[in-house]
Amino acid sequence: MATDGRMFWRLILKLTISIDKMIAHAIFFYTFSIIAVVSAIMVTASKNTVHSVFFLILDFISISCLFIMIGAEFLGMIMLIVYVGAVAVLFLFVVMMLNVAQQKNQWFAGQATSKHIPVGLIISTLIFFEIIIVIGGWKYKPEIFDINNSLASTSVSNTHSLGQVLYTDYIHVFQISGMILLVAMIGAIVLTFRQRSGVKKQSYIKQISRERAEGVEVLEVQSNKGVKIDD
Amino acid sequence: MEYLSIVFQEVYKILFLLVPVLVSVAMIVWLDRRVWAFVQKRQGPNVVGPFGLLQSLADALKYIFKEIIIPSSSNKVIFILAPIVTMTLALIAWAVIPFSATQVLADINVGILYLFAVSSLGVYGIIMGGWASNSKYPFLGAIRSAAQMVSYEVSIGVIIINVLLCVGSLNLNDIVIAQQNMWFVIPLFPMFVIFFISALAETNRPPFDLPEAEAELVAGYQTEYSGMMYAMFWLGEYANILLMCAMGAILFLGGWMSPIDVYPFTLVPGAIWLILKILLLFILFALVKAIVPRYRYDQLMRLGWKVFLPLSLTWVVLTASYLFYFNLLPVN
Repeated sequence: MATDGRMFWRLILKLTISIDKMIAHAIFFYTFSIIAVVSAIMVTASKNTVHSVFFLILDFISISCLFIMIGAEFLGMIMLIVYVGAVAVLFLFVVMMLNVAQQKNQWFAGQATSKHIPVGLIISTLIFFEIIIVIGGWKYKPEIFDINNSLASTSVSNTHSLGQVLYTDYIHVFQISGMILLVAMIGAIVLTFRQRSGVKKQSYIKQISRERAEGVEVLEVQSNKGVKIDD
Repeated sequence: MEYLSIVFQEVYKILFLLVPVLVSVAMIVWLDRRVWAFVQKRQGPNVVGPFGLLQSLADALKYIFKEIIIPSSSNKVIFILAPIVTMTLALIAWAVIPFSATQVLADINVGILYLFAVSSLGVYGIIMGGWASNSKYPFLGAIRSAAQMVSYEVSIGVIIINVLLCVGSLNLNDIVIAQQNMWFVIPLFPMFVIFFISALAETNRPPFDLPEAEAELVAGYQTEYSGMMYAMFWLGEYANILLMCAMGAILFLGGWMSPIDVYPFTLVPGAIWLILKILLLFILFALVKAIVPRYRYDQLMRLGWKVFLPLSLTWVVLTASYLFYFNLLPVN
């Protein structure tokens, strides 16, 4: 057994030595992309909705690792902060609040699952062709995508070059997209906001501005008479 | 062979960082209890070792020998993953903390974003633990903490933007060096206060410890945990607190820089200064725990969304206008 163990470690050592930096890069790339693809499949394949969201989170994380690997570290970090740190938390929040057991009965057991397959197929073919068009265009007509080449310069850091493009050439688009998000947020709040009557609210200004004079009343209580409170 | 030596070097560096962090987490738990006790005129843990310094090690030993109970109706994989996630996230963030101009494990360009991202991921350990326990109290605690941490992250993010406006870089070492003439705590003092309070909420410390409010929720998300898994939650939580203190020290207190730029002080290595600043912030954390009563949940949400967010956003506008007007914007 002891010699077996030593052989094993020698093999590991040999393997590690033979790995050179490029191969290490490839190994990391394939690890992250395999995790990304498998977890993306598991998002749809897993029966438990909460598991689906966790797989989605794993997918986001491995994709942000891929972003970091190609040198887009700002994008990778923003992906982590926005999608994993905020959006997925809300997903999880909603999914956990839903009564999943009840849903299973209503949605999955009652209906034939084949109903949804054509719609899914159509959408996925559309997306597939869109991606083909984009990648093909990138490959054979790169000048279309070269509106501004400052992103490609390596002298400044990724974040700086992104800011230089975003806040100069695309400032209006950037601001408008921000406005659209704001409007969407306000719209969602307005749609779900309802004024309920009869709800007791605690106004903190009222609470802290209460004086002793209006809160406490000192009474002379006479024997066998008592006092009247809260009339 | 070259590659192998690089790997070994990195592993050595990581160990050299993680072991002190873990030991200091144990020490900081002792310090926390001790400060808490002194405020309340008690002695605190003072039996195990000199001044009770080894109390945390004794506690850890106790946890190791306790049985790990996994509830039969829990979601086992996620139940076991939750403390691991908490612990891992609390530890990986230390990779970017600079202890001096050169002593940093990974001097990445987007250091502060990395710190922010990792601290915002910390909520997953809690949600996973609370949900997988399949029990009422943990679930309520998890829901509470998710809402709380997401709310206070927003204001922390905006405060970070304030600092970044003055620095012009996301690199943590650049942030420290930008404070050579004046620590950011002086011009951005209100932001420092808001950061401190948000950090309390982000790490679920009292007075914002609603996710584990023992009077209402038993122990919140960790109710069903026992033995080493509970200890991992506990270690992760304190490692997170230390991390928030380190973040505050780097953003506002000049990181590894010595407070006065004169001869005997500059001899002290940067790591010592950083540790002293972290300790200062941590003692403030412990004092707050001792003297402030717990917030009500609606008060907590009001403070996060209606007070801190508008205040820090206004301060961003103010900082940006000031820097723009006096032509002080950092341009490289």
